Amino acid sequence: MNNLTIESRMVDIGTQDRGRAPVEVCEAGQGPDLVFLHGAGGLMPNDRFFLALAEQFRVHAPLLPGYGNSEGEDALKDMLDTTLHTGDVIDALGLTGAPLVGHSMGGMIAAELAALAPNDVGQLVLIAPAGLWLDEHPVEDLFAKLPFELPALLFHDVALGESLMTAGMDLEDPEFLAEFLIISARRLGMAGKILFPIPDRGLSRRLYRIKAKTLILWGANDKLINPIYGDAFAAGIANSALKVIPEAGHLVNQEKPAALVDAIATLVNAG
Amino acid sequence: MKFTWFNLMPWPHLPEDFREKHRSVWVDIPSSLYDPKKGHEVYNTYLDQLEYADSLGYDGIGVNEHHANAYGLMPSPNIMAATLARRTSRAALVVLGNSIALYNPPIRVAEEFAMLDVISGGRLVAGFPVGTSMDTNYAYGTVPALTREKYAEAHELIMRAWAADEPFAFNGRYTQMRYVNCWPKPIQAPRPPVFIPGGGSIETYDFCIENDYAYSYLSFTGYKRAQLLMDGFWDRVDEMGADRSPYRAGFAQTICVAETDEEAKELYAEHVNYFFNRCLHVYPGYGDAPGYRTIKTIKKGALSQYTRSSLGALGKLTWEELVADGHIIAGSPETVVEKMKELITGLKVGNIFCLLHVGNMTNEKTRLSTRLFAEEVMPKLQNMWPEWEHDERFWIHPMEDARQTSVPLAATGGAE
Repeated sequence: MNNLTIESRMVDIGTQDRGRAPVEVCEAGQGPDLVFLHGAGGLMPNDRFFLALAEQFRVHAPLLPGYGNSEGEDALKDMLDTTLHTGDVIDALGLTGAPLVGHSMGGMIAAELAALAPNDVGQLVLIAPAGLWLDEHPVEDLFAKLPFELPALLFHDVALGESLMTAGMDLEDPEFLAEFLIISARRLGMAGKILFPIPDRGLSRRLYRIKAKTLILWGANDKLINPIYGDAFAAGIANSALKVIPEAGHLVNQEKPAALVDAIATLVNAG
Repeated sequence: MKFTWFNLMPWPHLPEDFREKHRSVWVDIPSSLYDPKKGHEVYNTYLDQLEYADSLGYDGIGVNEHHANAYGLMPSPNIMAATLARRTSRAALVVLGNSIALYNPPIRVAEEFAMLDVISGGRLVAGFPVGTSMDTNYAYGTVPALTREKYAEAHELIMRAWAADEPFAFNGRYTQMRYVNCWPKPIQAPRPPVFIPGGGSIETYDFCIENDYAYSYLSFTGYKRAQLLMDGFWDRVDEMGADRSPYRAGFAQTICVAETDEEAKELYAEHVNYFFNRCLHVYPGYGDAPGYRTIKTIKKGALSQYTRSSLGALGKLTWEELVADGHIIAGSPETVVEKMKELITGLKVGNIFCLLHVGNMTNEKTRLSTRLFAEEVMPKLQNMWPEWEHDERFWIHPMEDARQTSVPLAATGGAE
């Protein structure tokens, strides 16, 4: 791996006069542009997947309001608000038409955007996306989990999950804990507007509109969203292929970054 | 002072090994633990007790709203209040309250509260809780980060509906109604007194102070732990330039009265233990859905009882420790009078929600404690706030010559 560092900048989304806050965009790498939408947990520190992607692409990862330095989450109430906001950010970055990759909640937003503006998204990668609901396979309730329960829920390799999720954390330090509580409340408070209590905001009725060439990636041992949802997405999106990655959980992007980047590069390079 | 006799209405038949076998008394507790035929007895016993409290001279009798909860068996407090409206004729009906973010459309609350106020001859105290995260978010599915604005919109709709003399249109984000037209309207005009249950969200302080609503801290951890939070409330009252009427605030306290301190332990310790060990066994993952609290409140660090790990520890305390730390006020009438004075002057509250039925307490013991408090304790606490004696902003104004309803069953002595 090269010595890539993730840079971050604040981007004016052109509507500050209407009270909309600028958003933070993390960027790294050289090569073709690619937009990445993070999941409900946000980007990890020195995010392994981000850095692996940046070996082949110029990666732009806007942070959803409520995450990092992106503010203005109070103005986003629902799925449409959130999807249009993301579209505005991509537009402000001049990246409309770039390959769009989203993980989990970010995959849900990416799919919504591709359905809402089918002519603006040519290549779409959905990594264990949220957004559908199957009564026989209920999605686990992420919002009723305690921090210590998360590695086992989100990772195939639980030990790896524990080391990644607690990196740089001191859960014995009350000041850290207070800060952690605020960060978590901001992030998941926003995420809840599109995921709580059931992560279904009608996407199944709109999937047919997606024209993008779509790659769906799933960890075979995803305990948050059963990989069977991969079949449901594949069935709903006309031009799509599903690839299930063995020995990986919901955070398949953290567990198998190289395999994911290979698959994404193949899709993008095929044009 | 205004004393409201309050029954949380817990399910009294949780098994011995409840804590070991189940992770929570709330949200995902299996309903197979509920037995409707036993429930028939439980509901009617609890309602009899509320009527009994009315007959003993309590200023109010109180009910509240919880969902999927084995320590609070009142998903619909208005049904309970309706039965009480007909069988009592004096005490305020303190409905604490209706979780207005959960009613669709919330005009339903304006209508039902008006019905209760009219049937009871103007005896309704209207409570408007935001609702706990367990009820509002997990059991009823409201998006956590939108709960407060949904609540605020419902509050606006209800108050406008009560005040309006003509139909009006309401274009809210959560409720749109072309014709808002509240029939009937409450006797107490423009509105019944309003109580707002709070658990440390600082936005709620301001909301109460601005509107002359009574802030009601419904804690189970007792008056000593409540000091910081209530000090915060009174500081805010001063900052906002409001008067310090003690009727701006209320506090819920677990109270057990017997002839002597020793007898109190002997009679009530097992039931207090049931309450703290089984009824308050709440899975922490349900305590505070992310987004339910505002960032401002989290930063202030004054969070509700459920987010404190200390709550689980209460079940391990001995009777003596529970008494010493003020989690419960228990003992002879003399002991209870002394502790109640500490509570009232310390927290500067004019409203007390008396939790005199505790956990799985039997009917006989509940009535004993209730009667001793009414006869031996309440009279000695009447003159705590003489300078505010005539402050009528926070209590009911029943109509004159309201119909006297039939004599309550409880007053006939039939159940004693």
